[in-house]
Amino acid sequence: MLSDITLGQYLPGNSVLHRMDPRVKLILTFACIVFIFVAGNFWSLLLMAALAVGGMILSGVPVGQYLKSLRAIIVIVVFTSVLNLFYGSGDLLFKLGVMEIRTGGVLNSVFIAIRIVSLILFSTILTFTTSPTQLTDALERIMKPLSVFHVKVHEIAMMMTIALRFVPTLLEETDKIMSAQKARGADMESGGLMQRAKALIPILIPLFVSSFRRAYDLAMAMECRCYHGGEGRTKMKSLHVAGLDVWSCCVTGVFFAAVIVSNIFLPAFL
Amino acid sequence: MEYLQAQNVSFSYDTEEGADPVQVLRGVSMGIRKGEFVALLGHNGSGKSTMAKHFNAMLLPSGGRVYVDGLDTLDESLKYEIRRRVGLVLQNPDNQLVASIVEEDVAFGPENLGVPPEEIRRRVDDALKAVDMYEFRMHAPYKLSGGQKQRIAIAGIIAMEPDCIVLDEPTAMLDPRGRTEVLDTIRKLNREKGITIVLITHYMDEAVLADRVIVMDSGEILTQGTPREVFSQVQLLKKHKLDVPQATELVFQLKAMGCNLPDGILNEEECAAALELLLGKPG
Repeated sequence: MLSDITLGQYLPGNSVLHRMDPRVKLILTFACIVFIFVAGNFWSLLLMAALAVGGMILSGVPVGQYLKSLRAIIVIVVFTSVLNLFYGSGDLLFKLGVMEIRTGGVLNSVFIAIRIVSLILFSTILTFTTSPTQLTDALERIMKPLSVFHVKVHEIAMMMTIALRFVPTLLEETDKIMSAQKARGADMESGGLMQRAKALIPILIPLFVSSFRRAYDLAMAMECRCYHGGEGRTKMKSLHVAGLDVWSCCVTGVFFAAVIVSNIFLPAFL
Repeated sequence: MEYLQAQNVSFSYDTEEGADPVQVLRGVSMGIRKGEFVALLGHNGSGKSTMAKHFNAMLLPSGGRVYVDGLDTLDESLKYEIRRRVGLVLQNPDNQLVASIVEEDVAFGPENLGVPPEEIRRRVDDALKAVDMYEFRMHAPYKLSGGQKQRIAIAGIIAMEPDCIVLDEPTAMLDPRGRTEVLDTIRKLNREKGITIVLITHYMDEAVLADRVIVMDSGEILTQGTPREVFSQVQLLKKHKLDVPQATELVFQLKAMGCNLPDGILNEEECAAALELLLGKPG
């Protein structure tokens, strides 16, 4: 159950997006997310959504995988959309007591739903097509200038790599500990909030202890493999910006320009 | 001089303030030749794992010296030179993999050594082929079986192109199938690539595979020799609460009851053959 999360899982492949430079991907994803919020009307938002769908197709990852990751946030989407139904002006469509739904509210909630879904799509495209190592590698390179201010860029990137690597391992372990504690009669499903929180203690303590043991082992294994910080280290996959990256920048750049233009010249709602 | 040389090594550590330090190794001397496959045998607390960590300067002797390819492990400046030559594989495969993708993990060692990218690529591919895990290069380690993960860990060491691999109970956490996979890989590396292997284990049937067995007990060498020589000393091993392979045990018991059987039987086939000879007729 616990290990079934897809949010933030890399799916190996050889698509155009897989082959892009992770730095470019990271920056473009960030820019896309910003532009989702820049988009002020339906036209521009649909442009961004189209870009997200285009990315989905280019990634070569089965649509089912995307739906799986969207399922995790469906509650948030529905909740915010429903909440937004009641805000907005326009013609009255429905009235129940003090609650009234107007056309503006309906448009609003659709707008918000598209916005959240595209937001998630962009970030999942990034994590589906970029391995955690590439991602942290990209971050390391992007943040490199910060080392002038004595920021330990390499160490931060290494910590992130290790953290991402151990997420599934620790999830698996949590599952095991939970089963073990249940087998001993631990009750985790009943009682109030406080009681449930207390029931977590017998799970968290063994998890912490074993994490420390793992950390000790890992540190030793890393030392055995001559790890001595970022100095004098090379990379198997050296990053370089290729024609592909320039093209993708151009394409997204055109989309961004279109978003700005439609923001200015087209009416707010359809 | 032999490739790995321990000269009168002692090692102790302090547990708490004021208490006597715990003596783990008491003057151990051993030499391991290049290309040899040695099994270091002993039960928990015999000092075998501590000894293993001396071979790549993870631990430094409190007394005596350890030389690797003629390099003194006490010389701090030679630390990485030594670790490049002698790789250490640990017990738990889960805790020694650093990256989330198999090939990126294998690349970790050579990346630390500052090897150029194209060369790393070649080494990673070679190492993965050597442990028969090449088709898994893009997988996430947590989805692999224990035996597969341990082979990835071995590949990570091979990619550093060491002369010697020390394996500290590499099969202790594996199922029988994983154990066979790992042992086959180790033997293949020893035979085909001429890599010196030091296998630390408490499984007797693994020790049988080695060219030479060194048995340790309470921080000292109890006995050493070829597997046949060592496991002939059933009484000595039993006295120190060590097991012998099942077939050897059976023959030992039969002999004690007066059967006329030869010494130094190590596996089921030899045992069956000897019994057939004794009983006169096969089947």
